[in-house]
Amino acid sequence: MNAQQNVHDWIGKTVAGNDVVLFMKGRKGMPQCGFSMQVDQILTLLGVDYKDINVLEDAAVRDGIKEFSNWPTIPQLYIKGEFVGGCDIVREMYEAGELQQMLSEKGVKHDTAVA
Amino acid sequence: MAMDAHEIEKLIRARFPDAEVTIQDLAGDGNHYAAHVTAKEFKGKSRVQQHKMVYDALEGRMGGVLHALALTTSPKD
Repeated sequence: MNAQQNVHDWIGKTVAGNDVVLFMKGRKGMPQCGFSMQVDQILTLLGVDYKDINVLEDAAVRDGIKEFSNWPTIPQLYIKGEFVGGCDIVREMYEAGELQQMLSEKGVKHDTAVA
Repeated sequence: MAMDAHEIEKLIRARFPDAEVTIQDLAGDGNHYAAHVTAKEFKGKSRVQQHKMVYDALEGRMGGVLHALALTTSPKD
């Protein structure tokens, strides 16, 4: 099995094995890119605990995740194994209350008191 | 490595001929834009699908030559 397949499998297991996963540049609370920071802030504001994957630490994951989701940029947010979107979509969903709704529907613990 | 707003608009219009396209240069460096695209082709599509359609129109430049495109889309009635 080649390296590409290994990365794909590893991503699949990570996404399936954690309620919320954010492939980002930097770490939770220490983002190293404006777009990753926006999603990190939204998740923190909503009190969502998430698995952070720093793509800057592994070029194979950085490229592999783009193929995995057929999405060209980082960050990438996954909730219960489903690709939700990048920075623009997560922010739009948050502003429309759709992200909070999705978290509730999928039974992901978060602060419901947050407007 | 950069793109100009007109080039972005041309690629989007080639794929969505009667779309409404507005592009804003955020930093003046040819690398940071905001775009809003309204097109009938988006009808019934999720946001992720709509954005992927625009990224496809940009023929692989998104995330490469074009570093940052703050994108919002809406279906045209």
